[in-house]
Amino acid sequence: METLFLLIPVSLVLVGAVAAVFWWAIRSGQYDDLDRPAQSVLLDDDNP
Amino acid sequence: MTTIGSDLSTPATVAQAAASSSPAVPDTCYHCSQPVTGDTPWRATLGDAPAMFCCAGCQALAETIHSGGFGHIYRSQARFATPLDETAKHEAQRRWLAYDAPELMAQFTRPVTDDVVECTLSVEQLRCAACVWLIEQTVEKLPGVQSVQVNFATQRAAIRWKPGAIKLSDLLREMAAIGYPAWPFEAARSDAHARRERRSLLMRLGVAMLGMMQVMMYAWPVYTHENTIDPDHLSLLRWTSLILTLPVVLYSAQPIFAGAWRSLRKRHLNMDVPVALGIGAAFLASLVATVVGRGEVWFDSVTMFVAFLLAARYLELRARQSARSGAEALARQLPATVERLTGWPDAIEGECAEVVPVVRLKRGDYVRIRPGETIPADGTVRAGCTDVDESLLSGESLPVPRTVGERVLAGSFNCTSPVVVEIAEVGAGTRLAGIVQLLDRALAERPPAAVLADRIAAIFVAALLALAGLAGLVWWWVEPARAVQVMVTVLVVSCPCALSLATPAALAAAHGALARRGLLVTRGSMIEAMAGVTDVLLDKTGTLTEGRFVVTAIETYGEESATSCLRLAAAMEGVSEHPIARAICAEARARETSAVDASAVDAISYTTADAASVVSVPGRGMRMQTASGEVRVGSARFVDEIRKSTVAPRHASFANASASTAAIAATHVWLGDARGPIARLTLQDRLRDDARTLLAQLRGQGKQIHLISGDAPQTVLWWARELGITQAQGGVSPENKRNYVERLQGKGASVLAVGDGINDALVLAQADASIAIGSGAPIAQAGADAVLHGTGIVAIGDALAFSGQVRRVIRQNLGWAFAYNMTAIPLAVIGWMPPWVAAIGMSLSSLLVVGNAWRLSRGMRER
Repeated sequence: METLFLLIPVSLVLVGAVAAVFWWAIRSGQYDDLDRPAQSVLLDDDNP
Repeated sequence: MTTIGSDLSTPATVAQAAASSSPAVPDTCYHCSQPVTGDTPWRATLGDAPAMFCCAGCQALAETIHSGGFGHIYRSQARFATPLDETAKHEAQRRWLAYDAPELMAQFTRPVTDDVVECTLSVEQLRCAACVWLIEQTVEKLPGVQSVQVNFATQRAAIRWKPGAIKLSDLLREMAAIGYPAWPFEAARSDAHARRERRSLLMRLGVAMLGMMQVMMYAWPVYTHENTIDPDHLSLLRWTSLILTLPVVLYSAQPIFAGAWRSLRKRHLNMDVPVALGIGAAFLASLVATVVGRGEVWFDSVTMFVAFLLAARYLELRARQSARSGAEALARQLPATVERLTGWPDAIEGECAEVVPVVRLKRGDYVRIRPGETIPADGTVRAGCTDVDESLLSGESLPVPRTVGERVLAGSFNCTSPVVVEIAEVGAGTRLAGIVQLLDRALAERPPAAVLADRIAAIFVAALLALAGLAGLVWWWVEPARAVQVMVTVLVVSCPCALSLATPAALAAAHGALARRGLLVTRGSMIEAMAGVTDVLLDKTGTLTEGRFVVTAIETYGEESATSCLRLAAAMEGVSEHPIARAICAEARARETSAVDASAVDAISYTTADAASVVSVPGRGMRMQTASGEVRVGSARFVDEIRKSTVAPRHASFANASASTAAIAATHVWLGDARGPIARLTLQDRLRDDARTLLAQLRGQGKQIHLISGDAPQTVLWWARELGITQAQGGVSPENKRNYVERLQGKGASVLAVGDGINDALVLAQADASIAIGSGAPIAQAGADAVLHGTGIVAIGDALAFSGQVRRVIRQNLGWAFAYNMTAIPLAVIGWMPPWVAAIGMSLSSLLVVGNAWRLSRGMRER
């Protein structure tokens, strides 16, 4: 169980990384319009 | 044509009218779905299938899209707009060019880097996600354009480009060329503020959610193996939890602490106070326990608290921000630029005209308003005469004639001919701005439903604080070591989570369901207010009816067929923006697409080739000079003037023809020449398809129905009789409409108002709940709680039924939350509640509340 002393701090680092990515996503406006991206997937051509 | 008029002339509505009034289903344009005739010259083979188009613009676009390998777009539910034709483009060109002027550029654009600027455009005609796709694809390919982002929800586009490489007017032209007229939009400072607020709350929520999930994970082994866990591991888990809880308390919960502080300073207890106390006490106690190494920790409860509370707040914020302010609506109601005549009337008219932003207009300026333009300020006509459509301001369905010396109002629409107007009032002085001010005041005065909930919360909070304090005191006396723990548990377990989530979660789910039916709710209190509605107040023009004339009958008095008479009338009315003229033209176009009786065309003695000589006489009609004499179309008296007694008359005279007039609500247009009347066209505002269904549904729900309109009293009464509405009133001013609702409310009624015009804005703001029709005036939408887009008005009846269902779910949620508190708090007070039971109970009750609310999002029943 000694490995917990390594894994738990690693999980903290991961949480920090996720929070940073989330911060970047919000700042770049990815949460501003939630309708269009959902639809634009359908408009891409699957077999070009 | 930037604002009000555009909704009336969209290809979709014309297409609808054409499709419904002609028996044969016409072929439709491959690109914009407008009906086309079988002999259209615009044809192409796209992919492997043949396609027809209504114009060269649509064909060119469709071919470009196919050659670019994007033909699959048409297989989805894309409904593109029609590209602007050459004349419309030429008209708009002057206004586009005005935006290249340095001072207007400075007003509407923001510098991003040294040589890149950004501008927000308000885009018209956006109908589906494919439109967004088309705009982005097209504009991004232009030289100098760096990025395009179209927001479908707000109907705005943000474009970044290098002004050195391409001009703003070129961008506007390119967008109009593919069917989407766009106008620079001065993003209000409140817009940027709202965005910052939304983003910052979302970030806080994200941090709290992440913290909650992680801390829960670390709390679980402690709960399940409390007695067997290794002390080293326990301490590790506690310290890790502490590190994760720190940002949640210091960053995420900051608005809660700020709110509690504000509420304390104002000496008015709200829910923030016990929540802040609970979070603060639980966190500090856990901090001490962690550092000292003994005692209970509540990190999981603290993070979950904050996360759920912020989730509820975020839902509320999203709903609140979708409501539009009156000031912004006012800006959308008026054009951005106007043609000012400097030095008029001394200077020659052609030379002194310059296009200036409306904000620079001053009292005493002379401006020229062309047909199809919106009047930007109150003023007096100084030259020319015209018909002005004031229907959005007054509810009057027919345009009124205005000649030299008469007043015209900001926001009204010029229909027939160009006039020169001397500006009398600008900006805040106009009648339109006055209505907006009244509107803002009405909104501010209306007691929001939240006030009551807030009072209940204050009582609950005070009782809770007293209880926690009392429990602490008693335990201090019985067993001092457990006093703090019991106090904290009481605060934690009282779980405002479920209580605070109960309403917002149900409302958010209901808003989603309503939005899918085309009803966009902008004020949170709307649904609760709707559930108690006893009276429904309906506007006539544009609400029950389509607010647009349709030719219902053509009587002919000569040998010519109805179709050829219609064609002649349409040729003469073609140049006018008058709603009646447009109805005649639309009808003529619709009939063209069905089979035309070829022999009938020859029978008429006048050809449409003389259309160039048509002169418009405001308030009366049109006249045309032809080789075989003068022809007139318009009011009976106007057409009768040219009848000559020396010429052998047709068998019908105006007198005995008009005796057959049946419906008062109908308008008659005569076509005649020297021999008397040739034909009479009957036009009527058309009832919406589902108006009768809606009325039947409202009666079924036991609501009182009132028809209150600014239109002529006899027209309103005729419609009321036709529809079986007993309470009807016509010729009502906006202020009197408001008084009418006030009187109803004074008698204890709860009123739902439905309207579309500026004249309805006040009544919409006054009523307990209100719905504005999406194709109407932006100001009406600012006053309303909800805006109905697209689908039929029957959605109003469905929403009323649905609101009852929502209220039931909210009550269930509140009932559950209270029941939970009533059992949990006493247990906590007597010290029987271990923290882990409190945590599980809390999450379960929150999940239950959210799950119950979620049932609503599965939607209201389609009828």
